[in-house]
This record gives sequence, C-alpha cells and structure tokens, in this order.
Amino acid sequence: MKHKRTKVGETILAYAVLIVLSFLCLFFFYILLVNASRSHAELQRGFSWLPGGYFLENLKAVATDGNFPMFKGILNSLIVSSCSAALCTYFSALTAYGLYAYNFKFKKLAFTFIMAILVMPTQVTAMGFLRLMTNMSLYDTLWPLILPSIASPSVFYFMYSYLESSLPLSLVEAARIDGSGEFMTFNRIVLPIMKPAVAVQAIFSFVGSWNNYFVPALIIQSKDKMTVPILIATLRGADYMNFDMGKIYMMITVAIVPIIIVYLLLSKYIIAGITLGGVKE
Amino acid sequence: MNKKPKHSSYAKWGYLFILPFFIAFFIFSFIPLLDTVRYSFFEYYRSGIKEVGPNFVGLANYKSLLDSDMLKYAGNTLILWLIGFIPQIVIALLLANWFTDMRLKLRGKQFFKVVIYLPNLIMASAFAMLFFALFSTNGPINSILMSMGLTETPIDFMGTAFGTRSLIGLMNFLMWFGNTTIMLMAAIMGISPDIFEAAELDGCGSVRRFFSITLPLIRPILAYTLITSIIGGLQMFDVPQILTNGQGNPDRTSMTLIMFLNSHLKSRNYGMAGALSVYLFIVSAVLCFFVYRMTNGKQDGGAPKKSRNHKGGANA
Amino acid sequence: MKKRLLAGAMAVASIAALLAGCDGSGSSQAAGDATANTASAEGQVINIYSWNDEFRTRLEAVYPEVDQTSDDGTEIHWVINPNQDGVYQQKLDEALLNQATAAADDKIDIFLSETDYVYKYTDADADVTMPLTDLGIDPDTDLADQYPFTKTTASDQNGVQRGSTWQCCPGLLVYRRDIAKDVFGTDDPAVIGEKVKDWDTLKQTAEELKAKGYFTLASYADTFRVYGNNVSQPWVTAGETTVKVDPLIMDWIESSKEWLDAGYLDKTVKGQFNDDWNKAMGSASKVFAFLLPPWGIDFTLAPNWDGVDGTWAVCNPPMTYNWGGSYVHACTGTDNPEHVKDIILSMTANKDNLIKISKDYQDFTNTVSGMQEASTDDSFASSFLGGQNAYAYYAPVAENIQIAPLSAYDQGCVELLQNSFSDYFQGNVDFDRAKENFETAIKERYPDITDVQWPE
Repeated sequence: MKHKRTKVGETILAYAVLIVLSFLCLFFFYILLVNASRSHAELQRGFSWLPGGYFLENLKAVATDGNFPMFKGILNSLIVSSCSAALCTYFSALTAYGLYAYNFKFKKLAFTFIMAILVMPTQVTAMGFLRLMTNMSLYDTLWPLILPSIASPSVFYFMYSYLESSLPLSLVEAARIDGSGEFMTFNRIVLPIMKPAVAVQAIFSFVGSWNNYFVPALIIQSKDKMTVPILIATLRGADYMNFDMGKIYMMITVAIVPIIIVYLLLSKYIIAGITLGGVKE
Repeated sequence: MNKKPKHSSYAKWGYLFILPFFIAFFIFSFIPLLDTVRYSFFEYYRSGIKEVGPNFVGLANYKSLLDSDMLKYAGNTLILWLIGFIPQIVIALLLANWFTDMRLKLRGKQFFKVVIYLPNLIMASAFAMLFFALFSTNGPINSILMSMGLTETPIDFMGTAFGTRSLIGLMNFLMWFGNTTIMLMAAIMGISPDIFEAAELDGCGSVRRFFSITLPLIRPILAYTLITSIIGGLQMFDVPQILTNGQGNPDRTSMTLIMFLNSHLKSRNYGMAGALSVYLFIVSAVLCFFVYRMTNGKQDGGAPKKSRNHKGGANA
Repeated sequence: MKKRLLAGAMAVASIAALLAGCDGSGSSQAAGDATANTASAEGQVINIYSWNDEFRTRLEAVYPEVDQTSDDGTEIHWVINPNQDGVYQQKLDEALLNQATAAADDKIDIFLSETDYVYKYTDADADVTMPLTDLGIDPDTDLADQYPFTKTTASDQNGVQRGSTWQCCPGLLVYRRDIAKDVFGTDDPAVIGEKVKDWDTLKQTAEELKAKGYFTLASYADTFRVYGNNVSQPWVTAGETTVKVDPLIMDWIESSKEWLDAGYLDKTVKGQFNDDWNKAMGSASKVFAFLLPPWGIDFTLAPNWDGVDGTWAVCNPPMTYNWGGSYVHACTGTDNPEHVKDIILSMTANKDNLIKISKDYQDFTNTVSGMQEASTDDSFASSFLGGQNAYAYYAPVAENIQIAPLSAYDQGCVELLQNSFSDYFQGNVDFDRAKENFETAIKERYPDITDVQWPE
C-alpha cells in the first residue's frame, strides 16, 4: 500500500518537473517562431504572444537576398555534418574497440594519450591548422571541416565507456570461435551492440558540426562553399544596413529547422536502439 | 584457456584499429599545436597592420599573464560553470532515473525527451542573441513580468553581476541538461534489468535503488559527463561573449578565460594567446586527471570496480 | 565534442586574422607571370573590399560602365565581409599582407574604411593606400568642391591625401514634434534649435522635458560622438605608446553621469544599436531626441519608427560634429590604377553623380556647392521629416566641422572607453575602477600601448 502511494506522488512530481522544463525549452522556440513571423515594425512595438503575418515575406527576404545563398548553404552544411557524424562515430567506435578488446604493448600509453588530448582547447590549434591546410591545398574546400572529426577524443571516451559497460569480451571470443574475422566481428557484432551509443554520438556530432562557425570561417572563402553559421554571421552583422530583425529571426529559424528534422528522425532511432539493446550478460 | 598467445597474435588488429584516429590527430591537431606552443615564447603581435616580432622573450608572456587578472577570470569561469552545471547534473540524473523507471508509467516520455534536447540544437551564439533580446530592459520578459504585476519597473537583468551570471548559467543549463539526460539514460538502460528486478525483490525503494545501484553502475558515463562539462566550462565563450558584448560586463565579472584569450587573439597577439593557451591546457589536464582518478579509481581496462563506499564521488 | 566545437565559435574572426601573419604561402607562384602580362595594360578584375552593399549600390547607380562587365571586359569582384566582430578588417588585413605576392587578378584594387579606423590604413608607414596624386588625382583641383574636413580625415600624418569619400556625416538633433508641442507648445525647428543650442541650454530644456515625463536623449552613448569627435588631441600621438584621454572625454563622462542620475536619459537604454535603443525610437518611447547624422536618420531612425511620417523633425545640434563616413582607397599594388582613378573621381568628385546619390539614397554628399544648392531646393525635402529639407540644416554643420585629430587606435579607444564607463554610469563600479578597466582593456586590444594618461 505505502509503496503504491509514493509511486503516485513521484509520478505527479515527475510530470510537474517535466512540464516546467518543457515549457522553458519550448518557450524560447515559440518566441523565435513568433518573432520570425513579424515585420521589423511590429517587432519594434514590443512583444506579442501571437504570430504575425510576415512569415512568408521574411522567408522570401532571406531566400532572395543576393548576397546570401541560403539553399546552397544548407546543402553544404548537410554534407559536412553528415560526413562528420559518420566518420566521427565510426572511427571513434573502432578506436574504442581497438583499445578495449585487444592487448598490446602501447595500449596503456595510447589510452592515456587520448585522455590527455581530450582536454585540449580547440582554439589553441587554429593558427597552425589554417597554415597547414593552405599548404596541403585544402584551403577553401570542405575537407578540413570533415576529416578532423576522425579524431574525436571525447566521442572515443564515450564509446569506450559504453563498451566497458555493455560488451562482454566473451562475446568477442565466441565470435572468434565461430571463425569471424576481427574486422568482421567489429562491423557485424560490436557495432550493432553499440548502436545506442553511436546514435547518441551521431546526433551530438551532427549538431556540433552543423553549428560550428569556428573552423568553416577560417577555411571557407568562396560563397558557394559557405555553411549556414557563416551565412548567419554575414546577415546579422552589426551594420546599420541590416536592421531588419524579422529577417534575422527568420534566418535563425531557417538554420535550426533542418537540424530539428534530422533530430526528430534520429531520436526515434535512438529510442528503438536503446530498447532493442545488445547482447547483455 | 591459454589466453596469452592469443592476445599477442591479435595485437596487430589493435594497432590497426586505432591507427586512423592517431593519423588524423597528428595531422589536424598535433602539428598545429606545436605552432601555438612555439609562439608562446615569442613577442609577436600586430599593431594596426604592422607586425611586431617575432622576438624570442622566453617566459615573459607567461609571467605577464600571471600579473594580469587571469586568476580572476579563472574564478569567473568556475562560478559560471558551477551555476550551470549543478542544476544540470541534478535535473539530468532525476529525469534519467524517472524516464528509465518502468514502475512510474510516465506517458509522453518520447515527447519530453525530444523537447528537453531541443535547446541544444540551436547555435550557442544564436541562443545568446535571443536571450539578450528577451531579457533586455525593454524586452518581452520584462513586459510579461510587468503585465503580470510582478514588478513595477523593468528589471535590469544584465546590469548586475548576479543577473548576468544567472542568465549565463540558465542558458548553459537549458542547453545542456537534455543532452546530459540522454547520455545518462543511455547508461542506465545499459544496466541489466535483472539487477533492478533483484533489487525490487529485496524490497529496495526508489531512492535507495538510485543511490546504491544506478549511481555506482553509471559511473563511467557520469565521469564522462563531468569531464566534458569541465572542458566545456573551461572553454565557455559564445554565451557570455555575446551576452556581454565581449567585455564581461559589469566590471568584467563575467569575463571567462576564453574570452580573455579571445581578446588577445583579437589584437593578434600570438605570443600572449599562445601562453594563455598553454596555461589553459595545463589547467584542464590537471582537472581532468583529478576527476578521472576520483571517479574511476583506475586508469584503464576492465569493468569499473564496484566499490560502494565510493558512491558519493560523482556528485561532489 | 560539441561543446568543444561550439566553444570557439566566435573567436574565429580573431583567429582568421592571426593567421594572416604566419601565412604568406598562398598562391604566390602565379604572381610573377600574371603581372608580366598585365604590366602594360590594366588588369581584368577590379577587387573591391567592403562591409556592406552601400558602396556597391551607389557605384552601380553612377558608374554603369563597370556594372558587371564593362566594354573592355573588366569585371568588378565584390568581397563583402561583415563588420561584426571586426571580421571585415581582419579579412582585409590578411589580404593586404598578401597583396605583394597575390596574383594580379586577386590583388585588392579598392577598399573602404570608416572614420573610426581610416587612419590605420592611411598611415604613411603602413603604406597600404596610394596617395591620390600617384593615381593622377590632384586633391587641390579635382577635389576642390569637397568638404575640407573629409580631405583632412583621409590624409596621412604628412598631409598626403590617401582616400576620398562621397559622403559627409554632419550630425543634427532629431526630435519628436508631438513631444515638442506637448512640452514647449511649439514644434518649430527654429525655436527648438534655440532650446538646444549648447549644452547648458539643453540642460535647462532637459529639466522641462523631465517635468512632463520625457527623456531628452535615449542613452549616454548618444552624446559621445559630439564630444569624442571634437577632441583636440589624438588618442595616441604618432610614435608614442601612451593613450592620452582628452579633457573633452572627461566632460562627457561627467555630464553623462550627471544626466543619467538626473533622469534626463532613459536608464534602461545602454549603449546604441541594441534592442532597447531601437525601441527608444518607436512611438511608445518617451525619448524626445536623438543626435544623428544623415545615415542615422535614414537607416536607423526611419526603419525603427512605427508611427506616421512627419512626426520627427531636425534642428541644429548643441555642438557641430561628424559621425561616420566611408572612405574609398586605392590599394597600394593595384593592377587597375586607371579604373580606380575613374571610380574614385566619379564617385567622390563628380557633382552630378553626387547630387544623384543624394537624391536617390539620401546621403549627404561631399560637394559643398551641391549641398548648398540642395539646401534651398525643395525637391530635397524629406517625407519622413514631414517635408522638412534636412539639407538646410546639414550644410552649415558640415561647413563648420573641425575633424578631431586621428590615430590608428581610435576605434578601440572609442569602443572600450564607452564600455568601461557604462559600468560607472550605472553605478556598478566607482570612477577609479572604471579607469582601471579601461586601461586593462585597451592594453589587451593594443599590445603596444604601455600607458594611459588621464587629464587632471
């Protein structure tokens, strides 16, 4: 009896907390959408809970701005983010598995090394990064935005932790006895078990790459290779010619809508992946 | 089973599997990193469009940084991080626990999960811009508060250190608690249901189950969260930069270390920026080593040891 | 991972600039050949660096020969980088450092600068802008009709003119007629002009406005340009490493604090070009007036105003001042000197073109005689100002502007001083602390600055 009652209380509490938090999260998106649908003059007059009628006009203003190849930018961002997410999760999982499942002389050293570079601030290397990319003739290409994601220490660490908690080495041994090759074992057995971790990290790295302004702004020069954040930066320049707040809100909206779509698609996959699970002891 | 020969024959696969990572790291991070360290020993900056240096100055950059307000900015960074992180980890643990608790029968879980992660999708700089507009003295938040009669005159949120710091903390919290919740959930889902069932049979209540089973078993992921959060905190930049226009107003109380670094970068002061980067690197390395030791007990390998008496560690 | 990526997002601009210094390795191979080919003739591509479309729209309006492709096949390539976070200057600086080794068609031919940092580029030691005489332009004859202060602004320390502008930015006081009627019983610009003719009079007027619940101006930053652009000594004297704060700046600090505490300014508006400031220009605002140059009225005030036209009017400011202005420079090393000369002359010295720009884009253009004519020509009346001819007010101000002596450090000094003292105005720090914060910030921005001198 007593047991039941506390559960009800806890459920109510859980709902209350969730509703408050959801409100906080959605509130800002709601305001963004409302503001994106109002003209600059309406925005001037103050805040309103109701959307205005300028959504399409703001969208048109953003889409037809000659300085501003919005669709090309979204396409570039999609390419870069998808490739980064794929490379990053696959190679991080591979590296984590390599260090988890095998014993070799420099294993400990390699692990410690990765843990050490985990903390390296990104800003530190930018200077040399650009010079190197220029020397390698990769300046103003999309490669420097994609390839470095192969080495993502924090994703590696996540994968490693996940392996520790969900992959029994006995499973690997069993695969070997069945005659599975090492690489095959990783792709066919280990990777499916890691699916939840891969899905989570794929989202994170996709989002990270999508929102990344730092590296693209260093590397990308020509307009047809620009990614969304660089385009936004040009639009919201502190310049008296760019006073149209409606347009700015619209651009932010345009920048986050594709990512929300990708997220909604992937989030289903994550939940499924978690509930399906892998082989557990 | 004679494991020994087997492992040595498989060793080459280990090397092979970790090779791409190290090649990519070496090219894209290590070579550039050497540059930074090298310049930290030089006086090298631009004045207008004229270049000064590089002149070798030894440790002078490191010394003049110690004489500056660097430690104050380190303190700001710590405070700003804590304001965001403490609620973030508490709420995330709570939510992850609720979401995974089969006995709670929460409906709309999917919806809530999707919603709480949403703020993380928006660019930090765009999010900060939005907050700046919302919380400005004539902005929507103030007009809502005033129409509800909660305040007579508009509140100057960004006029006080407390207000600015709280806003930064709130933003960091909102942006990251969903992310952390999802990661912790993935970890809790990874725990075998048998263990929970056994606990239930033993009459273990929610609270006890949480502290005695869940928490110790998800320690690796907790450590991961803590470490990434510390790194993120140390590198906190976009949000305070945009909210305070790069100055950390009022009175530089919201100036973080990376904002400090950025102001050296802005003046193209390679030497100072390099030295500050090295300091940052050392501090984050020390912090993470500490946390990693504290939460994992061991350097590497094997499943985490189930030492119950350690359980409070992750929350500290 | 994500955190790490995000963390540096905005630092990028700065780093992009850093790279310029250590990155001289671009595509320098081709340079030799290309220059050899074009040594006798003009290059095929005119590269123009700017931060928005302002110059482009005006150039295309008055210089159709080189719209996209001219008769001789020359193309204009626009390289537009936003001013935000100094990205424009950083990309420009990067390109300037590579100018000598760049291929002919990649060389910058023309770039623009603003008054706040024009001196960084006209500096004779830096030598990145060509003296106009080297292009074959004689400032004394070809630019005789320009306002003298614009020529001074674009000149280096030796008095050699290295740039030219099509616009002047004399500032006026723009006020709300409805508020004027309510408080003073009249909205006649002549009467209002009397009431704001100098700081002391304006202060008495402010008291009247306050009594009726109005703010005289929006923000303490609004008056900065009036003081700051009238200083008598440069922020940093050439060859020195000391920032000298002018007594006039101290006056600004003192009066801003006084005005803010007295309630003449809207406490909720901090700085300019932010949401609060924009809203202060809306119909719901209690702010009586702004101090703005022509571009400020057309591009800032007008879009932010949501009431009927004719509510705002202009009159003389409490002190003549200039705010802003875009300068056109011929970049040293250009491979298109003839075209560049052509463009500069038709954009900044051709009276017909300038009048056209004034008509079409409301710029107050750089022709003394043309603006005098405009000030009596009713076709220049502004509908936003309810048919008032603002040129009649701009012209005398423009003729009296004494440009403040410039230094390469102006932009940082202006920005950081306002920022440091806004804490003081709002009562967050005391006066000495604000001074210290300014000293710290300015030394961060300019590593070669060693000292800050405050007037006694």
